[in-house]
Amino acid sequence: MGESRKISLSVNGKTYEEEVEVRFTLADFLRQQLGLTGTHLGCEHGVCGACTILLNGRSARSCLMLAVQADGQEITTIEGIAPSEDEMHPLQEAFRDNHGLQCGFCTPGMLTTLIEFLGDNPDPTEQEVREAISGNLCRCTGYQGIVAAALDAAQRLREANGA
Amino acid sequence: MSTARQMDQIKGGVHTDVRHDSAVNHVTGRSVFIDDMPNVPGTLHGALVKSPHAHAVIKSIDLNAARELTGVHAVLVADDIPGRNDVAPIFEDEPILAKGLVEYIGHPIAAIAADSMDIARAAASMVVVEYEELEPVLTIDEALERESYTSPPQIMRRGDSARGISDAPHQISGEVRCGGQDHFYLESHIALAVPQEDRDMLVYSSTQHPTEVQHGVATVLGLPVNAVTTEIRRMGGGFGGKESQSTIIAALAALMADKTRQPVKLRLARDDDMVITGKRHDFLFRYEVGFDDTGRIEGIDILMASRAGNVADLSSSVLVRALCHGDNAYYLPNAHIHGYPCKTNTVSNTGFRGFGGPQGMVAIETVIDHIAQDLGTDSDDVRRANYYDTGDRDTTHYGQKVTDNIITEIVDSLSREIDYPARKAAVAAFNQENTILKKGIALMPVKFGISFNLPTLNQAGALVHVYTDGSVHLNHGGTEMGQGLYIKVAQVVASTFQIDIDNVKISSTNTAKVPNTSATAASSGSDLNGMAAHDAATQIRDRMAGVAAEHFEVDESEIEFRNNRIYARNDSLSFAELAQLTWEHRVSLSATGFYSTPDISWDDETMTGRPFYYFSYGACVSEVVIDTLTGENRVLRSDILQDCGRSLNPAIDLGQIEGAFVQGMGWLTMEELWWDEKGALRTHGPSTYKIPGSRDVPPEFNVHILEDAPNREPTIFRSKAIGEPPLMLALSVWLALRDAVASVGGHGHLPNLDAPATAEAVLMAVADIQERAGDGT
Repeated sequence: MGESRKISLSVNGKTYEEEVEVRFTLADFLRQQLGLTGTHLGCEHGVCGACTILLNGRSARSCLMLAVQADGQEITTIEGIAPSEDEMHPLQEAFRDNHGLQCGFCTPGMLTTLIEFLGDNPDPTEQEVREAISGNLCRCTGYQGIVAAALDAAQRLREANGA
Repeated sequence: MSTARQMDQIKGGVHTDVRHDSAVNHVTGRSVFIDDMPNVPGTLHGALVKSPHAHAVIKSIDLNAARELTGVHAVLVADDIPGRNDVAPIFEDEPILAKGLVEYIGHPIAAIAADSMDIARAAASMVVVEYEELEPVLTIDEALERESYTSPPQIMRRGDSARGISDAPHQISGEVRCGGQDHFYLESHIALAVPQEDRDMLVYSSTQHPTEVQHGVATVLGLPVNAVTTEIRRMGGGFGGKESQSTIIAALAALMADKTRQPVKLRLARDDDMVITGKRHDFLFRYEVGFDDTGRIEGIDILMASRAGNVADLSSSVLVRALCHGDNAYYLPNAHIHGYPCKTNTVSNTGFRGFGGPQGMVAIETVIDHIAQDLGTDSDDVRRANYYDTGDRDTTHYGQKVTDNIITEIVDSLSREIDYPARKAAVAAFNQENTILKKGIALMPVKFGISFNLPTLNQAGALVHVYTDGSVHLNHGGTEMGQGLYIKVAQVVASTFQIDIDNVKISSTNTAKVPNTSATAASSGSDLNGMAAHDAATQIRDRMAGVAAEHFEVDESEIEFRNNRIYARNDSLSFAELAQLTWEHRVSLSATGFYSTPDISWDDETMTGRPFYYFSYGACVSEVVIDTLTGENRVLRSDILQDCGRSLNPAIDLGQIEGAFVQGMGWLTMEELWWDEKGALRTHGPSTYKIPGSRDVPPEFNVHILEDAPNREPTIFRSKAIGEPPLMLALSVWLALRDAVASVGGHGHLPNLDAPATAEAVLMAVADIQERAGDGT
């Protein structure tokens, strides 16, 4: 329904030229038009954090943005955080190894949120990790495995960076 | 079953910390939830027309404008249903679309299928309904007054409670309430119905109960059950919210798909999910108790009234479990516990982790607190005086002997570990020195019955194939909602065959593979499906052993499955080689497995029997602090000791304990369902309905699994169920908050603090107790 616009954007390092309906949210665009279904819709009003993506390296709620607002921007989704198809990002490995997940629905948003946070704060305290993910809801784990994974990932990343 | 030595040699056997099978897919975004499945061209999207009134007669419905909207393919109401408009899980007459009468705000009236969700929603807004409003009954109190119930009251009785109460040295009576709880699974309800040949229907449903979805869809479409197949790979959380409620969504999607002959996806937006589908039952309790000088209960009468909502759904079963857990860990010699499922014009409440058990415990723990208050003694002493024991104090009020009792051991072990007496003294000292901030501390023991209360439901099936390359296909009736059931059952199969778990392929739950299944609920998933899969794998293993014996020319008893190989004296074959050989010998490598829980019984008439195969135990101490000026509160520390039997997967179980506790804490402290005077739910999204976030978890949170505690019953590898029991440990938080409030009045008065103990509720309870303490009453 309604008018559409042509947008050009980078998603996970790949450039897309797409015609999108002007009222289409970025989340729907990523999921339905690009088939990147790792970005999940939990509440659709910006509170649960499941749809969090990186917009020019900064975390953003893709359910609260329109696709047209991403014109000319650089987007990273959960599908784009690993270095390659066969490798995982240290944060992904840490979540896997620390049982930082159960149903998996909140997981992509947790990871994208933490990518940004660990970039800003490579050596966080547990309390700082809890602050960082306080806008991402998880109903399964009680957050313990998630917090442990984030702290473990920070250490892995520091080691990888020779710190 | 094999020995521990052998278990050590394969990768991913039972009793090891195997990762969740979907861990890698979850962290890479590759896990496929139903909304992630690629849309077949022509897939339509559904939207629902909801009642704006809690109670009204539908005078007329005008669908013309909606039907004329471009892109709309079907606008359906109750009269369009080809079969029966009823998806009741226990009783009858629970329609998926309102039939002339709406009974709650959000009650679906019409279903619309369109090219996009936007169009479907636009069409929904064009449906014109004329109502004649009726007076709604919104609260438990009103329904109780009118004796209006969704099913008959249920009564458990032992001895003479009235006599027990009146003859006792002390008597008290009181009232307490607990709120409901939204499940808030991160993935809201969703179903994708795909029409097949001959009106057959394939339904992908986010459900804990594929068989009930299959039945519901068949009933609504007027088809035999064999025309409908339900499949589910994973849910984004369930917690009981997808036990019966998903049938409504699946049946609506199937109805639209049947009419349009196109696939239809129905996904509820969060706010719709919270308004349209049921939640944990809120309860009102009234009690009368007689007890001796030590606080030992001699007679008790508890009224348990739940808000069932507009229809029965699972309310009668939830109520039975509440009645069965009105004892928690305490022996009740003369008991009358009576339950009332109150019919209200609110959404029909349903199962939620614990299934009435947590609510029943709210009642009895309040009673324990009240007794201690009345006697001026320590509530932990009153608990101890009432624990189940051996001899004449070992039988529940519904007639089940408690034969596996470890309450005292588990409580004492935790108490020693954390030096509980010193912690209590420190809290008392803190409260002496501080006037604004007050601390509270409490211990909560839990005894929780494992098995569905209704014996029939305690059965499961599995299907196992071994292929000629030695790889294994596993299927069973249990569903995966994040709890790790799939990996646990795969571990069972790996251990049974003594092969690495990587060789076991986990597959989606599907009613065409394993039929007539029970819901994955009542914490029973691994107990039931683990046993069924073990049965199937054992049958195949035994056949393979026969082939190996023939091949090696030895007796079958000399064949040993160990570390991916099959040994006979000094000879061996790989598992794959033996699989190939078995096929060459024309021996079947496929089996169905079955399990039904032994030694359980239940008499619905007398409400007595042995409904539970065993009990699960746990204990928790929580310490909290409240701000008496604002009511704000924090949990400072929680220590848990939980019985898992001999855990199938300690890492998975640890996650269940932590998650359940935090979820229970949310229910009892911050999650408030707020209904307005018209019966509208005003907290219908995470902006207003607050579930625990990462900062609400106790900063010091120590969780331990009880060691060396194999299940005394021969459950699957002597493990115990874990899904629900730890949720009730969170009652320690609520009890600690009550303790903190009581300290404001110098522990001279019982706090008036119901659950949830929100900041507002705590503040009012503080004010109330200050007033009572000031008056000297």
